[in-house]
Amino acid sequence: MIHPLSRIGRWLAPLCAALALAPLPALAQEASSGPLRIEITKGVVEPMPIALPPYLAGDPRSADYAARITEVVEADLVRSGLFRPIPKEAHLGRVTDFNAPPNFPDWRAINAQALVTGQATVEADGRLLVQFRLWDVFAQEQIAGFKYRTDPESWRRVSHKVADAIYSSLTGEDGYFDSRVVFVDETGAKGDRRKRLAIMDQDGANLRYLTSGADLVLTPRFSPTDQEIIYISYAQGEPQVYLFNIETGQREALGQFPGMTFAPRFSPDGRQVVISLSQGGATDIYAMDLATRRMRRLTNTPAIDTSPSFSPDGRQIVFESDRGGAQQLYIMDAGGGAAKRISFGDGRYGTPVWSPRGDIVAFTKMMRGRFQIGVMRIDGSNERILAESFLDEGPTWAPNGRVLMFFRETPGVNGGPRLYSVDLTGQNLRPAPTPSFASDPAWSPLLP
Amino acid sequence: MKNIRNGIIALAAAALLGACSNSLEDEAGLGVDPTGGAGAGGAGSIEESSIEYFNVQVGDRVFFGTDSSELDSAAIQTLTRQARWLNDYSTADIVIEGHADERGTRDYNLALGARRATAARNFLLSQGVPAERIRVVSYGKERPVALCSDESCWGQNRRAVTVVAGGPTS
Repeated sequence: MIHPLSRIGRWLAPLCAALALAPLPALAQEASSGPLRIEITKGVVEPMPIALPPYLAGDPRSADYAARITEVVEADLVRSGLFRPIPKEAHLGRVTDFNAPPNFPDWRAINAQALVTGQATVEADGRLLVQFRLWDVFAQEQIAGFKYRTDPESWRRVSHKVADAIYSSLTGEDGYFDSRVVFVDETGAKGDRRKRLAIMDQDGANLRYLTSGADLVLTPRFSPTDQEIIYISYAQGEPQVYLFNIETGQREALGQFPGMTFAPRFSPDGRQVVISLSQGGATDIYAMDLATRRMRRLTNTPAIDTSPSFSPDGRQIVFESDRGGAQQLYIMDAGGGAAKRISFGDGRYGTPVWSPRGDIVAFTKMMRGRFQIGVMRIDGSNERILAESFLDEGPTWAPNGRVLMFFRETPGVNGGPRLYSVDLTGQNLRPAPTPSFASDPAWSPLLP
Repeated sequence: MKNIRNGIIALAAAALLGACSNSLEDEAGLGVDPTGGAGAGGAGSIEESSIEYFNVQVGDRVFFGTDSSELDSAAIQTLTRQARWLNDYSTADIVIEGHADERGTRDYNLALGARRATAARNFLLSQGVPAERIRVVSYGKERPVALCSDESCWGQNRRAVTVVAGGPTS
């Protein structure tokens, strides 16, 4: 999980590697019926009752950090839909010493299955030390414990890392809280929207605008390996693909093309991008090697072939095409060639996105005047609809492949888009906070 | 004044009627005149060689069916008039903007707008407008002119608009 430090920019302050805390001395243990675990692959999950007493302040300067870290960790866990924090007023026990074992009967009495104890300390050198332990209340044992040393400015990221460690320990899945979302911020009247690229933490914090709104911009997508995005801008009068470095603010046209280019996405290794090029009314898919800027044509039909997305192993591409008469999903080799149709249900299918786990594809489905977000296996089987409205569009995967974000647009003159997230199970539909209308979300990989 | 003027006006009127019969009236009262906002004033007050005349009397835009880039007879009439005006009155470059309604996904609608603009371009080429004068651009669903969310507006938004250099964009 530790990425090269050279990739980390100035505003993405480095976090020290998480160090495992040694478990506290063994406690008298009761018979345990296996590890504490949330099974999130089941359809409906009963949220796990968890106690999150306030983080302790290791010194007077860190009281504020301790309080805020507690809040951010709790908010992440609540938003996942998998945890039900027990209200602090109901707590019987109090944690006073981070290095002493908790008094389990106090927590068992309020039916907490898991307990998180934590401490924040501003150290002599000004660094922030954040420690936490996750306990199985009924088995009376430590499940996980980590400490992080960081620049105090990064207290939010550390909080997300703590939440990820809790999520990961209790679900057996990778976390996704220490990640960001890039999207298009929309202001102004429906017929003349001002669109700006914006980036925020996955919980809506630390919002920044990346472009001024002078040029129409669309469909930003994250690089899997760098602090870079790829998107569409009308800066040259027609839509063209641009690269944007989030750290330096540097912008660069991908190339000069004999037609408009759009629908860009990176390959999983970050070395290529796939785009659509529209020429003479036909739209085809091309791959470009970023180092050489050499283009390779992957489809060659008079149809609209667009919205390409790589499989996580980089070997295949799922895309949409109306070559059969209406928008449907197809899979082809990453080098192009014959494509196999995978969507066969009623309605039209677009914007396929391959899951980071590789086994399923998320899509937008248009049927009987409604727009849906759905998933299917890569052979087209097991289609499931996760959300539906007047206009639900453009799913993007959380880095762990368990949660999707998309935008939902309301109809009418005053209508507009907002971001939503939903679990792969179809549960836990939630709006994502943005200051204005927002569309075209793209979830980042886990931060380094 | 050119002697083809009366004919052009008659054709423009026919196109207006044609548009109405295609149920492109602004039922919701929220959109714009499909011919680009002719309004009152009459053709007599507009110089035939002006861009305003092109936009209003010739008709700067054609409309499409859902998920279609096919030119219907009304569109062919409008484009025929456009080609005649572009050949007779102007040497200016043009941009054909392709648009889609809000009932499609973003990428697909960009491609569909390009297909519509290209359909209009190909017709103008067939009528002798030189290729080097024509550029096409697609706005997909980004620039609706009618803002309600039913067919009365969507039909106005599924359009290809011919913008003559020096004039306002749609």
